[in-house]
Amino acid sequence: MELDLRGRRAIADGAFRWAAICAAGLVLLILGLIAITITSRSLPVWQAMGVDFFTTSRWSPADARFGALAFIWGTAFTALIALGIAVPISLGMALFITQVVPPWVRRPLVHLIDLLAGVPSVVFGLWGVLVLSQHFGLGRSFLTAGIILAIMIIPIITSLSREVIETTPPGDKEGALALGATRWEMITAAVLPHSAGGLVGAVMLGLGRAMGETIAAALVIGSALGQITAHPLAPGNSMPAVIANEWGEADTLHKSALIALAVTLFIITIIVNLAATAIVQRSMRKAQGT
Amino acid sequence: MTVLEMRQALTHAPPTAPPDLRARLSWRSAKSVLMTILMGLSVLAVVVPLVWVVAELFGRGLAVALRGFPDFFVKEVPVVARRPGPGMGPAIVGTVMTTGAATLIAVPLGVLGAVYLHEYGVGDRFSRLVRFMATVMTGVPSIVMGLFIYVVWTLHFGYSAFGGSLALACLMLPMVIGATEQMLKLVPHHLREASYALGTSKSRTILTVVLPAALPGIVSGSLLAVARAAGETAPLLFAVGAATAYNPNLFAQANTALSIQIFGNATSSFVSAQDRAWGAALTLVLLSFVITMVARTFTARVASRR
Repeated sequence: MELDLRGRRAIADGAFRWAAICAAGLVLLILGLIAITITSRSLPVWQAMGVDFFTTSRWSPADARFGALAFIWGTAFTALIALGIAVPISLGMALFITQVVPPWVRRPLVHLIDLLAGVPSVVFGLWGVLVLSQHFGLGRSFLTAGIILAIMIIPIITSLSREVIETTPPGDKEGALALGATRWEMITAAVLPHSAGGLVGAVMLGLGRAMGETIAAALVIGSALGQITAHPLAPGNSMPAVIANEWGEADTLHKSALIALAVTLFIITIIVNLAATAIVQRSMRKAQGT
Repeated sequence: MTVLEMRQALTHAPPTAPPDLRARLSWRSAKSVLMTILMGLSVLAVVVPLVWVVAELFGRGLAVALRGFPDFFVKEVPVVARRPGPGMGPAIVGTVMTTGAATLIAVPLGVLGAVYLHEYGVGDRFSRLVRFMATVMTGVPSIVMGLFIYVVWTLHFGYSAFGGSLALACLMLPMVIGATEQMLKLVPHHLREASYALGTSKSRTILTVVLPAALPGIVSGSLLAVARAAGETAPLLFAVGAATAYNPNLFAQANTALSIQIFGNATSSFVSAQDRAWGAALTLVLLSFVITMVARTFTARVASRR
């Protein structure tokens, strides 16, 4: 009887272990499946367009021409505007929370960031299209999309930067202050050099989010076709916005062109995220190791 | 000028003033103060849009949502967008259904995955790869997740709320894994050792000792993922459809959700549709706010009881 029980227990133990392994492997399975399924679904367009998909900007579903260059440009341009706005603000906020304010102010500020992160992107999009774009002569444009994206990536950049900055050894900071450095000199001499790597990673994660953000961009970017311009107030388009806006009235080939855009977006964001995650994890490990 | 005169001039010359350190310091501290002010202004740059969004949300949404209460929360969505009047009932039900089913899928799998990462595969190569890829997976654009589900599910089975649940579950999975692993790290090792010392098997130890100890953290982490998922739009667009009537069937026929209705009505030129979008947005924000608050109070209560 004893032995029997023990045997059953060992089986249950092994089964649980395998269930856990499968659950963990699910992450790899899903990522692999995403890559395979959407790539195969977009094959017709790759066969029809080849490299022209990336190098031309004429997007005309009616005569089956799909050149995505203008959308790739729009994605990069809005993401850069968003970073230009979000990085100084996030860095300032992270430094303000960690280096300036007393602990009792810290919690409400962190909650404020969480609150911003909790607003659904479609709500920001709604506000962007019905309120923000009506003010300051913004209209529906690259700049409006950039501002909305900036508001949406500030929380992630701020909270990651805060984590990285908090790993600065107190000895470094106290040493700088003891040598007579002002607070700002202490930040530039001790805090920023120590956290540079992690901060770069945080900004890149923000970049990845900004490029993939769909709904808010789709609502405010203006949906202009084939326009490559660096004018921030011009209406434009980005890859995810095109997918969301055109899906409803797309036929089969058009749909596979939109899926090809998703493949492009997937590859770009995966590269950015791989690099960013590697940088952040290495800098955190270095900070914890020393 | 003789040498003597020169010497006299030198000795009697007033000593050159030492560099005024205070002046330098004041320039330096002025710079420091300036930078501190800029940092403070960045807080303002976050507060202004947040307050503005919330003000518009309540200013435009509250009147719509409360007119003829509870009409807005129970009536069906008007088929003709131009028609004024209430109705987000099906969307509220749709959001709860898709998010609820996604939670039932993602939370057990995510917790189990985290159990592997922290309890079984400590430091082995597979678990490091999974942890890394889970972080990368949180960065996959939600619209890509939506198209993935469209290709593997919607193409074969058609529109349904369940397709949306699958997409949301894919988004939630890495979040749940991450949150759960953080909580498992906080469970003290002597609890596990005490359990082993009693002859308990590893799986039993995990199920009866480790997970209960980490439960409050897991619950609040999962609820935060639920709140995020409830606000997602892009993954639902291709899987759920945009129905206007109630559809209680999780697995068949087009359904709808608050986020889909907001997206659809936001660009409408009819004020009546825009009004419904504001009302739906307010409902959605309050819904996810309530979930977040429940997560926080749950954690706080269980933590203080211990």
